[in-house]
Amino acid sequence: MSTQVFYFVATLSILFSLLVIFAKNPIHSVLYLILTFFTFTVHYVLLNAQFLAVVNFIVYMGAIMVLFLFVLMLLNLNKETEPVKSPLIKIVGVIAGCCLIVTLVGSFKAATITSPLILKNPGLGLVENLGKELFGPFLLPFELSSLLLLAAMVGAVLLSKRDEVEA
Amino acid sequence: MDIAFIIEKFILVAVIFGISLVIAMYSTYAERKVAAYLQDRLGPDRAGPFGILQPLADGVKMFMKEEIIPTTSNKWLFIIGPGLALLCACIGTAVIPWGSPMEIGGKIVPLQVTDINVGVLYIFGVVSLGVYGVMIGGWASNNKYSLLSAIRAASQNISYEIAMGLSIIALLLMTNTLSLKEIVNQQHGWHWNVLYQPLGFIIFMVCSFAETNRAPFDLPECETELIGGYHTEYSSMKLGFYLFAEYINMFVSSAVMATLYFGGYNYPGMDYMATLLGPTWAPLFGTAILFAKIFFFIFFFMWVRWTIPRFRYDQLMNLGWKGLIPLAIANIIITGVVIAIIEKF
Repeated sequence: MSTQVFYFVATLSILFSLLVIFAKNPIHSVLYLILTFFTFTVHYVLLNAQFLAVVNFIVYMGAIMVLFLFVLMLLNLNKETEPVKSPLIKIVGVIAGCCLIVTLVGSFKAATITSPLILKNPGLGLVENLGKELFGPFLLPFELSSLLLLAAMVGAVLLSKRDEVEA
Repeated sequence: MDIAFIIEKFILVAVIFGISLVIAMYSTYAERKVAAYLQDRLGPDRAGPFGILQPLADGVKMFMKEEIIPTTSNKWLFIIGPGLALLCACIGTAVIPWGSPMEIGGKIVPLQVTDINVGVLYIFGVVSLGVYGVMIGGWASNNKYSLLSAIRAASQNISYEIAMGLSIIALLLMTNTLSLKEIVNQQHGWHWNVLYQPLGFIIFMVCSFAETNRAPFDLPECETELIGGYHTEYSSMKLGFYLFAEYINMFVSSAVMATLYFGGYNYPGMDYMATLLGPTWAPLFGTAILFAKIFFFIFFFMWVRWTIPRFRYDQLMNLGWKGLIPLAIANIIITGVVIAIIEKF
């Protein structure tokens, strides 16, 4: 039952991520990306990582993608405003795509069928256990990453302030 | 997962869904009556006694109106917008505990659809998703005013979500759980969280006004500046969906406020009532108490709407970022320090 659900959701994930790339309209692209993130949330639920699922839901679907949509709506991208691509860029693109295909084929050839991952502790993704892990063995990396986020936040505020002073 | 379990949950979902729709329907009537009372008018009184059939008449009108989809709009997204708004409004009710477990014919039935251990965050996620209906609808209308409104809605929603999340963190420090059922059970009798978290409650309430786009935070539908806001191009039942979604949101956030801060279905003297009424009727009485609290909050939403004028956009942003967020952070620190001191001694 769970495996079938996984394959169904995984197919949807791949389908929506392909649509993100192939959609002509950037707004549609973002909307497909939101659907892709939603399927990721379902994957997390299937892995019994409820906290990660709901955080993915709030942060990626609820906050970051709203900002993406926000910016794209303001930009109002049309066919007319799109810059004309020179043939050189197209050739570079084709070469880069071929390189990607070679890499993918190589990695698929090396891949073998692995046994499904079984968690040693199925309750690891629950809030309580996750918190104990984060504030126990992983305290230092956790605090360092929060420091990094704080630095990024201060930097963003500083960058936007400087413009104001010059103007 | 046996059949009885599925049927039980199905009935519960259907009942909750029906109740929220009826409450949303009669909120439109209540809103007009409250407005009339505050402005010393009569309000709707033609359809039925005291005008109580007015929502039905409005509903019929909404369905009968001509449906117009602008030719320059993005057709599919134009249709998806209101649907998404209504969907996001309705799914929030799934984790709210409506009453203590009830005994029906010797079987204990929990009056909650699902008790996930991240209930508070689920509510939060649904709230943050709610803005997509407005954004997609506003953009797909291909109208400058609708687009402006959609952008306002998005920035307002994101700004107030932060303060809302921070105000909940202070509450979670006290409850030590994210499950709404446990949070309610901890508030047994009169140990309501609002007594310990008055500041947190006020911040949470102001943010829920902003998240539901209710006055004084209804800038996305500011008719003096934006015609009708994000639903300018909408007509017929699609417009009805947007209006309905707002009232359901109001109902759900009232329920969340009552659950998190005002004890949910708990009330002073509930143990005495439990022995008096027995295991079947006492939970139902608790549910009635919860609904009384919800109705009070809905009335409060309306009371504020007809009392306080709308904010200016810069005032809105100032209040959110410079007022509520620092207050919420201070609240977290104070709560943390007090809990640490209590645990020490």
